[in-house]
Amino acid sequence: MFRQKGFSLSKFLFYTYAVLVLFFTLGPLVIVTILAFNNNPSASFPWQGFTLDWFKSSTPGRVGLFDDARMMNAIGVSIKVAIVVTLISVALGVNNAFLFVRHKFRGQGALYLLMLGPLVVPGVVLGTSILAFSYGIANGLDKIFGAGAGTFLRPGFWLVVLGQVSFVATTTTLVITARLKRFDPSLEEAAMDLGASRSQAVRLITIPFLMPAMIGAGIIAFLFSFENFNTTYFLSGPDPTVPILLYSRLRFGITPEINAVSVLLMVVTGILGFISFAFQKEDNVA
Amino acid sequence: MSASARRRGLWLLLLPMLLWIGLLFVLPHLKLFYLSFVDRRSGSFTLANYLYFFQSPLYRKIFVRTAVFSVLVTLLTLFVSFPIAFIITKVAGKRLKAMLLLAVILPYWVSELIQAFTWMVIFRESGVLSYVLQKIGLINHPIEFLYHDATIAVGLLYTSLLFMTIPIMNSLDTLDNSLIEAAYDLGGDFWSTMREIVIPHAAPGIMVGSIMVFMLNLGNYVTVTLLGGKNSLWFTEIIYNQFIVRFNQNLGSAFSVILLTFSVVFVWIVLKITKQDLSEAM
Repeated sequence: MFRQKGFSLSKFLFYTYAVLVLFFTLGPLVIVTILAFNNNPSASFPWQGFTLDWFKSSTPGRVGLFDDARMMNAIGVSIKVAIVVTLISVALGVNNAFLFVRHKFRGQGALYLLMLGPLVVPGVVLGTSILAFSYGIANGLDKIFGAGAGTFLRPGFWLVVLGQVSFVATTTTLVITARLKRFDPSLEEAAMDLGASRSQAVRLITIPFLMPAMIGAGIIAFLFSFENFNTTYFLSGPDPTVPILLYSRLRFGITPEINAVSVLLMVVTGILGFISFAFQKEDNVA
Repeated sequence: MSASARRRGLWLLLLPMLLWIGLLFVLPHLKLFYLSFVDRRSGSFTLANYLYFFQSPLYRKIFVRTAVFSVLVTLLTLFVSFPIAFIITKVAGKRLKAMLLLAVILPYWVSELIQAFTWMVIFRESGVLSYVLQKIGLINHPIEFLYHDATIAVGLLYTSLLFMTIPIMNSLDTLDNSLIEAAYDLGGDFWSTMREIVIPHAAPGIMVGSIMVFMLNLGNYVTVTLLGGKNSLWFTEIIYNQFIVRFNQNLGSAFSVILLTFSVVFVWIVLKITKQDLSEAM
């Protein structure tokens, strides 16, 4: 309606504002991308020519990210953590969706609210609480079963996985529940009338219906896990994930290699983001 | 399906859910609560951890600073986001709408760490802003723009823009355009239409967005420590220091409980004052 004539001043102001917003949100991403290919070791302007060295170079003092053993190790750790977190969280999400959509029980509303808790609690508090809790359990296990029995609950791979599952599973539950709510249970009944067992009906009819939401939720889970800092920071051990390693390096200064890592992450998360967007378009969650 | 089979099915689904929420959420927080009332050395009950906080001018100051700063940045985010949401839902044509949506969502897909990093690249002494200002002759030597409150505010605004814009968009979407036109036809000008029609209709979205952004600011760690450095003085930082640097779980737990309690109570009070119902707004 503001497209009518007579509002030209407000129209001008709106468009100016829109352009400013575009600059503010996209400008930093564009700048970092340009600098990742700038042959300037100070990781800043002026432009000194195009280079791919910050991605691939084993020259001492100019190591590219693909030749940086610690960075590659961190990428590997992040991917492994994200895959495990995704699998557990999607499985929990499907489980919880059936629990909340297909069943009615006392305390269901309260349990649903409790389930939202991990999204509301600050990541730092979530991280500290899991650290404090697992510390006590690990000590207990060591005492009962001998030293080393509780090691998997000390800061490291599995503790990071558990910490991330605590809040990622809430998101997957919300996404998958939204889709299951739109499923018509009479389809399952029809399959059973035609001779399918209940588990066959769920496996052949309901799960395929949920698949887009499961894939969408899986991509979100992967991204959340891969990008998480606050909770992971308290739980990671000697093998850090990418965000933790980047953070510890940033405290000592900026290198062009970090620009390159950022570009790599932007591209990968951008692609994953687009895919999840496409999968979720039909289910309006949140 | 028989009643007993249904019951068994219920328990099969309930078990993983309870294991997850119990072991990874409820019990850890109970442990945190418990630890906060325990003396670090003797292991006996004490209020000393909380007293330590209330008697320390420095920690009190950091806490108040974090809370006030979070509120101010939330308001800033609201003022910046509202026009974006309005333009996207009521003004923009198809192309601009898609571009603006992408502009708001794209930074969100990049991790918070990378977001903060991009602002470091821009604001540091040998950074892009300093370089550009020298090039155009506004300054004649490099200036450090990092480690100021304004820098932290920009970083926080950047990370939370989406969380404010989307809820406001959702509530503006349901506002019938003819209502705005009617307001104009009845002689209302732009501001009175905003005040009387648009903003009241967007109130639930504003509420949801503000609460989310406030909680994100309060619990932020990466953005404030990277952009604020030693000057960030953020409450989450002292929680980290107690747990990881000093290895004092009891004091750290008390700080965590204080942060959590404050955020819940604050949001509850705001909801009461503004007479908004969160479940309605969601």
